[in-house]
Amino acid sequence: MRTRLRMWTLLAGATVVLALPMPAWAQLTQHDLASRLGMESHVGHLTGHAKDAKADYRRYCVGCHGELGDGNGENFPWVDPKPRDFQLGVFKCRSTPTGTLPTDEDLFDTLARGLDRSNMPQWSTFTKQQRADLVAWVKHYSPRWANEKPGTPIQIPAEPEVTADRIKAGRDVFARVQCWKCHGVLGQANGPSAATLTDDLGRPIAAFNFTEGARPKCGDTDRDIYRIFMTGLDGTPMPSYADNIKPDEAWDLVFYLRTLMSQPSKEKEMAKKLDLKPVDPNAPAGQQ
Amino acid sequence: MRTGMKSRLCGTTPRGQYFLVTALVLTFLMLSGSQKANALPAFARKYGLRCSACHESWPMLNYFGQKFKDNGYQLMNDRDAPIWQNPGYWPVTFRITPIWHRVSTGEVAVDQGSGVSRITTSGFDLSGLDFHTGGTLEKNFSFYVLPSSDATASFHFETVMARLDNLFGSPWLNIKLGKFELDNLLSEKRILTLTGNGGIYQLYHFIPVGDGNIFGQMGDNQLGIEVMGHSYNDRTRYSASLLSSTDGNVGLPYGNAYTGFFTASQAFDTGKLGVDRIGGYAMIGEAPTYYLTQGGTPLAGSGVSNKTFSREGFVGQFYFGQHFDLQVVTQHGSDSAWFGQGYGDPIDNPGGPNNLTGSALPAGARNPTWNGVLFEPHYVYNPQLIFIGRYETIRMSQQANGPGSATPAPSNLGNISTYTVGYRYNPFMTSRAGFAWHNEYNWMHQDGTSPTGGNLNTSELLIGFDFDF
Repeated sequence: MRTRLRMWTLLAGATVVLALPMPAWAQLTQHDLASRLGMESHVGHLTGHAKDAKADYRRYCVGCHGELGDGNGENFPWVDPKPRDFQLGVFKCRSTPTGTLPTDEDLFDTLARGLDRSNMPQWSTFTKQQRADLVAWVKHYSPRWANEKPGTPIQIPAEPEVTADRIKAGRDVFARVQCWKCHGVLGQANGPSAATLTDDLGRPIAAFNFTEGARPKCGDTDRDIYRIFMTGLDGTPMPSYADNIKPDEAWDLVFYLRTLMSQPSKEKEMAKKLDLKPVDPNAPAGQQ
Repeated sequence: MRTGMKSRLCGTTPRGQYFLVTALVLTFLMLSGSQKANALPAFARKYGLRCSACHESWPMLNYFGQKFKDNGYQLMNDRDAPIWQNPGYWPVTFRITPIWHRVSTGEVAVDQGSGVSRITTSGFDLSGLDFHTGGTLEKNFSFYVLPSSDATASFHFETVMARLDNLFGSPWLNIKLGKFELDNLLSEKRILTLTGNGGIYQLYHFIPVGDGNIFGQMGDNQLGIEVMGHSYNDRTRYSASLLSSTDGNVGLPYGNAYTGFFTASQAFDTGKLGVDRIGGYAMIGEAPTYYLTQGGTPLAGSGVSNKTFSREGFVGQFYFGQHFDLQVVTQHGSDSAWFGQGYGDPIDNPGGPNNLTGSALPAGARNPTWNGVLFEPHYVYNPQLIFIGRYETIRMSQQANGPGSATPAPSNLGNISTYTVGYRYNPFMTSRAGFAWHNEYNWMHQDGTSPTGGNLNTSELLIGFDFDF
């Protein structure tokens, strides 16, 4: 009797130990994923097939993003920012409104561009077909793509000519929507809220420092910068300002942000001639 | 009796239960632990990428790894400069390969019997040891230093170079200075095979029988300066190197002779097949044949009376989907007739001829020329298992001693054919360490080079653990 009790105790203990990793597996299993291998992507005339990307994902991506696409690869403890959890279906770099899925082109472009200030390199060596296949593979991790359609890309009006007035107007927008609270009045990522920022998973996250010469994560053209604050970076504290900034004002803000960046630009030259002062958070609203 | 045996095996006795459960738990814990290897090869540790991201099979580069190398060991993001690394980061990797091999060489000259004998030997052995250290000193300033030993731990500098990357903000202009591997698309330093004859590309080292030119070996790291450029995505590449004609030997032991090495290639996006590349190379140089002497011994650094040599060919890297690829290199080589007569290196070979005043080529002396090709197919079952094959052949098209000479050489003298097959299995694939179970067989045949003038056949079977950390 005593022996039997001991046996059951041992077996129960072993079961507990063996079951320890189960919560992670319980979210999504290889079986679930296998049923989604028919996922496709469509980029231009290319059709990507998830099943064709398995080998490339294993070769290039799994070390960070993990077998189950949950961002829990072997490098998870060592890299910062943490690898993206594809199961959530939430992406920073989109052309679509906040809260919506990105288009296949968005993911396709992100693969080639890489993400500065992270461990995600530029995978520009892939063929376009490989990239399209990998986009389909990324999509197959999240059930969102089975239930939702990607958002409609926002409209970006033609870029106007930069003028001194526009730069000054951009400074006013910077003050009004309180970009400085996180990015700092000089764009040095040292605003009063900067130290408190966390992403949607509760991990500390840094605001973008405009002055250190890094490329913005989601592209460094004027249109990319426009898109970033009009769509927001989902999963981060950076919201969409589509409801707060008119399209024309958005271009003003782009021009002003260029003056904060360390890279040489005509906006920077013009701001220097204007002797443009940083915003003053302590001044009354409208006079900052 | 049978029941008792069953009890013990199935663990229904108390001791069996303990054993079974403990074994289960320990096995699970060990297997769990083995997924978290913490070795730290230099670049993988820096960027958090698995070996397979840059290597088709370690150490052979894939396209992404080639681009990383062409960018000066940079991914071209903000993590490139060492200032962003943990101060404890030190970019060092060592590599060594304990092996068992069996080597069989036919017709070795011996004192016994008929004067020649086949020698077959086998046993456990070691490769040399490499200490690789490389990376960036600052953004767009890169370096590579590789002290390398032979199997007896006698070290030399295999590579020492610094590189200025992306000059004027352009990937088309990068300058490298020091001792480095030539820009061979099919890199011998990253070869997947390890046997004595299969572990090198014969084309990269071929010297005709009796030829004294050691300077045209494109597989040896050379001292010089290289200008290299590439397109943003590395589809288009070029390089031009100016090298001292010393075959990588330091201390200016020969003379004031230089060699140029030039490459250009273009890659094509072939959809599902992958990215295929074709290119060409040319090595054109000269090296001394006449050395001043002191007491009859040639003086280092005094070489003059330079003579020319050349190597040129095409390179193709063809991918047929995710599993199969074929690497092809061709070569046409030519040496001056002086080299063909053994002139070229009296420093290392004091008994060799010295082109002293009044020397003349013998009647019938000609430029030795040859043609060669190598095919190297790979079947990549997955990033952890690759099967390798290679066929390489070199055929003399003109012997140094032609029909008009006193001792005309047979037309096939020195021709080489060699076959290599093998596989490498990496039992784990992480961004921390490299380990391969390596198994390979090489067979090589050379016409007319045995002590009796017959053909020389050698073979080698090798099994080993190839690892770096």
